[in-house]
Amino acid sequence: MEVDQLQRSFLEYSRLLFHEGFLDGQFSQLQLLQDESNPDFVFEVVSLFFEDSERLLNDLTIALDQQNVDFKKIDAHVHQLKGSSSSIGAQRVKNVCIAFRNFCDEQNVEGCLRCLQQVKQEYLLVKTKLEAQLRLEQQIVAAGGAIPMLNEFC
Amino acid sequence: MSGIVTETQFHVLAVDDSLIDRKLIERLLKTSSYQVTAVDSGVKALEYLGLLDDEDTSTDSNPVSFTKNHHEVEVNLIITDYCMPGITGYDLLRKIKESTSLKDIPVVIMSSENVPSRINSCLEQGAEEFFLKPVRQSDVNKLRPHLMRTSGKREEDHQPNNVVNKRKPMEECMSPDRTRTRYNDDLEL
Repeated sequence: MEVDQLQRSFLEYSRLLFHEGFLDGQFSQLQLLQDESNPDFVFEVVSLFFEDSERLLNDLTIALDQQNVDFKKIDAHVHQLKGSSSSIGAQRVKNVCIAFRNFCDEQNVEGCLRCLQQVKQEYLLVKTKLEAQLRLEQQIVAAGGAIPMLNEFC
Repeated sequence: MSGIVTETQFHVLAVDDSLIDRKLIERLLKTSSYQVTAVDSGVKALEYLGLLDDEDTSTDSNPVSFTKNHHEVEVNLIITDYCMPGITGYDLLRKIKESTSLKDIPVVIMSSENVPSRINSCLEQGAEEFFLKPVRQSDVNKLRPHLMRTSGKREEDHQPNNVVNKRKPMEECMSPDRTRTRYNDDLEL
């Protein structure tokens, strides 16, 4: 495929992600920090997010499965997940975390369980999409092109 | 110190328990050509700054953190997360401002939560700025005046910046050091 075709696909795909709220302006900010001296910055940060999130989701699952639910601990985990999703621009994940923390405050187990389900779903969705976006990037680079900037979404 | 400031890089100490946020702030600071040391806790920050005098257990720390002689560590600004396990960013701020040797180092607080009382207490405690996370390049750009102010070009230069900085303290009762020039002129207060 030609470079500009790939670039257009990348832009269209990215636009969709922003439009559907999977990503917000913070993701574009990350891209701005990527340059020749740090060509994999976004990939590195996103990879950290994946690792971090999977660990947290696992911990949350265990914590909510206990006889006596420790809401403080759960809140701490969700706070972390909210922070990291916010830092990479994973807007929908972040939004579920906000609701999740409210249920923690209310000590509402059912609400928390629903949020956990939801946040897992949103996480999987954004992970899939970010991986697809990354593949498009890699194709562009392999074809000798530059990755288009996503400034319009700042 | 003479008014001559060399082009050596400013050194910023970044404190955040989140790996992602540490990576982010480090990158942001480096794009502004600052030298960065990033630590993951308030305790490690205090250790690095030489404010912990009991620890000999710095097995994995760099040699400069041997605590007694803090002058080996030259830090021009500290930027710290507020919510951290153990010592919070606020506690760290207080300890720095209570230290005779370190109180002049500008401290900036970052937080994911927009809590006005939190922001006010940090500013009252002497924080220069309070950034809401996620921190952006435009936030980091605000650091430069604070760094320039303590670079050796104290009262002589940067008058406009000094005036702006010092007007705030009169309203918010900040530490006397930053209002030194001003209060010398307005002794009646």
